[in-house]
Amino acid sequence: MAETSALATQEHEHSDLQHHFADMEQQKEASTLGMWVFLGTEIMFFGGMFLAYLVYRLKYYNEFATGSQSIDIWLGTINTIVLICSSLTVALGVKAAQRGKRKLLIVLIILTLIFGLAFLGIKGIEWYQKYQEHHVPGISFNISDIQAAHPHTPLNPGHAQLYFSLYFALTGLHALHMIIGIGIFLALLWMAWKGRFGPDYYTPMEIGGLYWHFVDIVWIYLFPLLYLIDRKHIP
Amino acid sequence: MATPAVQDERPNYLNSTHGIRSWLLTTDHKRIALLYLMSVTFFFFIGGLFALLIRLELLTPAGDLVMADTYNKLFTMHGQIMVFFFLIPSIPAILGNFLVPMMIGAKDLAFPKINLLSWYIYIFAGGLMLYCIVTGGVDTGWTFYTPFSTAFSHTQVVEAALAIFINGFSSILTGLNFVVTIHRMRAPGLTWRRLPLFIWSHYAVSIIFLLGTPVLAITLLLVFFERVFNLGIFDPTRGGDPLLFQHLFWFYSHPAVYIMILPSMGVVSEIVPCFSRKRIFGYEFVAMSSIGIAVIGFLVWAHHMFVAGISLYAALIFSVLSYLVAVPSAIKVFNWTATMYKGSISLDTPMLYALGFIGLFTIGGLTGLFLAALGVDVHVHDTYFVIAHFHYVMVGGAVMGYMGGLHFWWPKMTGRMYPEIWGKLAAVTIFLGFNLTFFPQFILGYLGMPRRYWEYPPEFQVWNVLSTAGASILAVGYLLPMVYMIWSLRYGKIAGDNPWGAAGLEWKTQSPPITSNFEVTPEVTWEAYNYDEIPAPEEVPVG
Repeated sequence: MAETSALATQEHEHSDLQHHFADMEQQKEASTLGMWVFLGTEIMFFGGMFLAYLVYRLKYYNEFATGSQSIDIWLGTINTIVLICSSLTVALGVKAAQRGKRKLLIVLIILTLIFGLAFLGIKGIEWYQKYQEHHVPGISFNISDIQAAHPHTPLNPGHAQLYFSLYFALTGLHALHMIIGIGIFLALLWMAWKGRFGPDYYTPMEIGGLYWHFVDIVWIYLFPLLYLIDRKHIP
Repeated sequence: MATPAVQDERPNYLNSTHGIRSWLLTTDHKRIALLYLMSVTFFFFIGGLFALLIRLELLTPAGDLVMADTYNKLFTMHGQIMVFFFLIPSIPAILGNFLVPMMIGAKDLAFPKINLLSWYIYIFAGGLMLYCIVTGGVDTGWTFYTPFSTAFSHTQVVEAALAIFINGFSSILTGLNFVVTIHRMRAPGLTWRRLPLFIWSHYAVSIIFLLGTPVLAITLLLVFFERVFNLGIFDPTRGGDPLLFQHLFWFYSHPAVYIMILPSMGVVSEIVPCFSRKRIFGYEFVAMSSIGIAVIGFLVWAHHMFVAGISLYAALIFSVLSYLVAVPSAIKVFNWTATMYKGSISLDTPMLYALGFIGLFTIGGLTGLFLAALGVDVHVHDTYFVIAHFHYVMVGGAVMGYMGGLHFWWPKMTGRMYPEIWGKLAAVTIFLGFNLTFFPQFILGYLGMPRRYWEYPPEFQVWNVLSTAGASILAVGYLLPMVYMIWSLRYGKIAGDNPWGAAGLEWKTQSPPITSNFEVTPEVTWEAYNYDEIPAPEEVPVG
């Protein structure tokens, strides 16, 4: 008992304890719960768009399937692998922070940042392809190439534009979250550099990791929904 | 903030630091609450100004005061400002911000900086809304219905949608702070069953903030994209579905009604036991009914769409579910009434507002059942009956609760009493003015006067004149507290720590509280509302 109370006093004086929390334990629990709750709101945020996607995919299946086939599936697959790798480095990073292994943590965060930037770069290439093919919704939107590839399936350009609108809105929103995630991990890199993390304080790394995993999971849903609608030949 | 010499002797959150920076960069939940109080009051009067112009136009059957287009903008901006910039933040961001940490014995909310950030987001969004108003306003109705808002309206839809989108994050952050604070920061001994009902209702509200607001955000973002990039997501000529917009919009905006009413119910649950000197009747039922309203509230949205072309079976189910919300709401009304039964009731200003709330909310709630009935709804859909119904809930309910709470906790917030006689006078004025304004609208709606028209047939004029007369009385009723409460900051009687003899941790610390709320973190060994153990105040304070 005496040992625990001595530990508690020690924690009380921890420099990272904010004034309104009783101890480090309460502070960590509050921060972690805060991030989980925030991720709950994020699910609802993406949820509205997923609903719109679901409605129109059921209504306009042909346009959605052919639109999906016009996207480079290899870029999407590589990006999926890149993101899963980044999740691994994040998970290992949380462990490294917890064990106070400063150098390893810095390497893992930098690897995460590289994976994140690679994802955005590949995404940019994909978007540029769509731009060149006139598949960006707007005045110059044109699906004559998609129609030519499927001469026996009449396609409605308005409905196809719905697919590409949702494609750009969903991947754009996801990319925005990736950019925010990279900002968070730059801050974590700075903190790790300063040697702030150790066994009794690694909350920022943990909740930053939660956020990163969430953004990955969104992609795990986006990939099949946008790229794998129907891979068989549509006449 | 003019604080007189007598108070300066004891250090408190108002005099601990000075200067404008100490306010604009504060992370003290109590100061942030006051920042919200000032800005929300500002928007209340802007929204009220629009309401007054609407009522003046409707004084005569002819459209003579403003043009038809201007009238469309007036009711749109009245709705948007009142809903998003007054009603939704009113109780949670002001009273909730001030009281949630104090009621649970915490030093602050879990994330004080995020709390300040939410105020800045609110101010930024409010500024954008004001910009939208001065550059021409918006005429879509507060509901932004597509495809009118996306393809046809030539007004500032983009700015308004963006302002409300941004403002949503202020609500989300407030809700997040409340949930984490209530879960993780309760004082030792303060179990869930000992929590004040104000906390329970704010917990329920936070759930709606967190699960509903993001859906509104994404909906308005889609409207924004559609207008800027011409996408066609909600445009039927290109395969888009306007009904999808309505589903998404009401998925948030119906629960938003419960965002407005639940905090008021929490306030009433605090006031009624205090001024009846009795423990609340059926604590668990009142607490759980808040959660019940929040949960069922998410399953009723399509009752706004009965005539919009949803299937009959869907309409039937949503009708039944809408009836279900009446159950937890009625539980609350019955339990407040049972609390007063054989209580030792004193009719101070907060209690007058609480009683007003119970009566007006009951009328508003019951007429909601009329509207949930499919047949009746077809008859009165889009008439003044709907307007009267939701004003009974939002103004008669939510604003009454807000005013009651403001008077109840004013001595705690400022250390001074408001003048009781003026308080009672204002409460009665508001009650009478409110009923005179909105009861005639039930009759107008039942007679068939549609909403959102600037002209009407002459036979409706009598009721409209009554309504406009009531609105002017109501305006006086709202201006009175504004005047005497500012007056009381300097000249009000010193309140003492617990002028009402109320239960609750917030009354166990000094008025106004010190920055960290409590000298020593309290340890709770008693049940909530233990009024049988608390002596009544010796002398009822009289202004």
